[in-house]
Amino acid sequence: MARSTGKDAQALFHSLRSAYAATPTTLKIIDLYVGFAVFTALIQVVYMAIVGSFPFNSFLSGVLSCVGTAVLAVCLRIQVNKDNKEFKDLPPERAFADFVLCNLVLHLVIMNFLG
Amino acid sequence: MHLKKNRTIFSRRLDSPVVATNGGSVIKAKSRWQIGPHGTRSFSFIAVERLALPAHTLSPRSRSLATLTDDPHQLFKYDLNPDVSQVLFFWISISALLTSLDGKCYYRNGQESITISGAYFGDFDLPRRWDLPSDFRLSPICCSRPFQTRGRILRQISSFLLLFNFSLEEAYEALRTFEVLGIEKTAELSKAICKSVLGTLESSSSTPKDLFHALGVNGILKCSSKEETFEGIISSLQAVVRDANSLLDFYYSIGSLRLIKDQTSKTDLHLSDAEGTFRSIKALSQSDGRWRYSSNNPESSTFAAGIALEALSGVVSLASSEIDQFMIGAVKNDIVKLFDSIEKYDDGTFYFDEKLVNMREQQGPLATTSSVVRGLTAFSSVITESLNLPGDKILGIAKFFLGIGIPGDTKNFFDQVDLLACLENNRQVKVNTVLGSHAPPLTVTLVRAFSSSARDNSIIENQELKFDPQDAVYFLDDLPASFDVGEYIFVFKMLVQDSEQQTVYATGTLTQVPIYVTGLIKIENAKIAVLDSDLGSVETQKKLDLAGESTVSVSANHLQKLRLSFQMSTPLGNAFKPHQDFLGLVEKFFYLSGRYDIQLTVGDAVMENSLLREIGYVELDLPEPPENASRPPPQPVDPYTRYGPKAEITHIFRAPEKRPPEELSLAFLVLTILPLFGFIIGLLRLGVNLKNFPTSAVPATFAVIFHLGIAAVLLLYVLFWLKLDLFTTLKTLCFLGVFLMVVGHRTLSHLASASAKLKSA
Repeated sequence: MARSTGKDAQALFHSLRSAYAATPTTLKIIDLYVGFAVFTALIQVVYMAIVGSFPFNSFLSGVLSCVGTAVLAVCLRIQVNKDNKEFKDLPPERAFADFVLCNLVLHLVIMNFLG
Repeated sequence: MHLKKNRTIFSRRLDSPVVATNGGSVIKAKSRWQIGPHGTRSFSFIAVERLALPAHTLSPRSRSLATLTDDPHQLFKYDLNPDVSQVLFFWISISALLTSLDGKCYYRNGQESITISGAYFGDFDLPRRWDLPSDFRLSPICCSRPFQTRGRILRQISSFLLLFNFSLEEAYEALRTFEVLGIEKTAELSKAICKSVLGTLESSSSTPKDLFHALGVNGILKCSSKEETFEGIISSLQAVVRDANSLLDFYYSIGSLRLIKDQTSKTDLHLSDAEGTFRSIKALSQSDGRWRYSSNNPESSTFAAGIALEALSGVVSLASSEIDQFMIGAVKNDIVKLFDSIEKYDDGTFYFDEKLVNMREQQGPLATTSSVVRGLTAFSSVITESLNLPGDKILGIAKFFLGIGIPGDTKNFFDQVDLLACLENNRQVKVNTVLGSHAPPLTVTLVRAFSSSARDNSIIENQELKFDPQDAVYFLDDLPASFDVGEYIFVFKMLVQDSEQQTVYATGTLTQVPIYVTGLIKIENAKIAVLDSDLGSVETQKKLDLAGESTVSVSANHLQKLRLSFQMSTPLGNAFKPHQDFLGLVEKFFYLSGRYDIQLTVGDAVMENSLLREIGYVELDLPEPPENASRPPPQPVDPYTRYGPKAEITHIFRAPEKRPPEELSLAFLVLTILPLFGFIIGLLRLGVNLKNFPTSAVPATFAVIFHLGIAAVLLLYVLFWLKLDLFTTLKTLCFLGVFLMVVGHRTLSHLASASAKLKSA
């Protein structure tokens, strides 16, 4: 049983990998950016776990900036993805412009909350 | 200086002469008397005014005084107007007595006190009689060794002698005092007095009283006198004795005869009818021991009793043959009855006083007692067998005189001195004789010494005290080791060693002297303990260090008891119960919990290191007050403090939190930057390129500006975090944002049209 489970997992992972290779590059860039943001958030959480949450607002702003920018990047990916029927008429530049604008606003708030 | 009614010199001696000068100058003097600290009395001499006025310019009254200047012998015949409101003192060349005289005063316990020095005139405002309040006698004035104030005495006596307004009676008293005290008289004084004495003796109009005093002075000064003067006097005195019917006449005449007999060593001078004289004097006596002054006068006095006894003794000594023993026995009975009327103070002193108040001349207890004792001593010296007088009463009389101190009055002083001299010759009262002369060899035994609390056990019994001949005191050599601190009573008994002198001296029996033996008391094992009241077990116990300064804090609630225990031991180790020990807390608790101070007070008369100390604090946790418990009294509200400024509050800043070490923070900073690099590396691996970047000039510029705009906004954010505030940031952001919007729109629309052209193509 375990072997079949193991083999199934491996098969699943391979199929995911091959399917992912088919995604366009732009989407891969956005995925990479999301991964980077989450990873940064994780590092901050680990730091907070070590030293305690004394400037809690700083911690929150740091984590929230990472998470917020990741969320905005996900929105961008959705809007840019050609397979997505909803956003067929939305030019990708417009999506990108929204992304930049939202990021700038987010980062203003983050900077204010950072203390 | 004012002439008061109760002045010693002038009130009784209306015939006193006034002082003369030797140059016609007049001195006006003022003196003042005051009671110093501790009841000592001091004289002071305030102002002297020397009026250099020749005699003829004085007023008629003073001129009449001044006319006597040249003849000092006239002094004694001049009558001073008693209504003179101001006395004029005159300098006399006997100024040697006015030099500085120092005297020291001693307290009862032997300590020296203030010294009185300076040159003064005497002061006569002192009360004449011994009528000071009784507690004056108990004050620690100089009284135990009353004759140390020689300077003062000398001043007082010599001052009025100096004034030469004395009568012979006063001269006699003063000189007798000098004689007893051993004070030297100056030659000029003696000469002047002798002159007056001789004048009196030679004059034919002298009264027996004058003769008596003149002869007394003569006996002291030993002025040379001729035999013829005495012959004349003797015959006149004998006539007086025969015809006299008043006590004073008897007294003076008999006394004069007796003095003549002593001074001229005439052994054949006798009274013509001694028995008759004796009987007539005795007839004036009364049944209660007192005497009347004369047969016409029904009043009797104790003073007169003394005078009568002296007169009787004179009769006996002048008698040619033995007086009937029966009569002498009758007199002895009178003396015994007289002693029954003796009065006493509470501290054991005895004195005689007059009972009646309507006497012509009310003598004080001092004069009365002294006259009685004088009479007694004179009488006992002439009769063959001894008088059996109660020894304690004699002691009491002696104590009375010693306890007086220095009386203000010269007459009283004379009485005191004379009496003590009589007592000295006849009785001995203390270990040192009354006047301080050397005691004959005595054995002084400390009969018993017992502590005041345990009167039955005596610690020392019958220890003989050793005599130290240099100091003339008796001391106890070695105190037994069991003499602990405390209050003891030493009982002394003195016995004369020499048996033949036992009849001469009477010793006081069993004098009691309280003695406090003091010492350091050790306090040990001090503990303060809180007990549980139900079980009595000790909950917390702390040692107290009473010698040190530590304080102790103990907590208790209302169910527990507080107990403080310590042991006190004397230097010898016996248990000691102090006379006073108090543990102090606050008086009423009012059910207020909190902190209370504890004080410990331990004290006793014999403890040299009594202490009053703060021990520490007890925290009391008291329950809620019941319904009707009394509230603590409301604190008095000062109207100013209610609306005034309250206490200042200083803000206490929040203590900063602990921060992580700097290296850790830096490490994590680096760690946080790492994903960015990971992102860039991933991008490169994905094969990202810039092919879509517009190549023609204008769009390229805009593209570049677009990127720069984004970078500028991010830079603004960094600045905002570092130092800018939100408002400037927002202002700048507005401009930048608008700018960026425009540029971005241009760029992106260019890109969109380019990609649409590519898609359609």
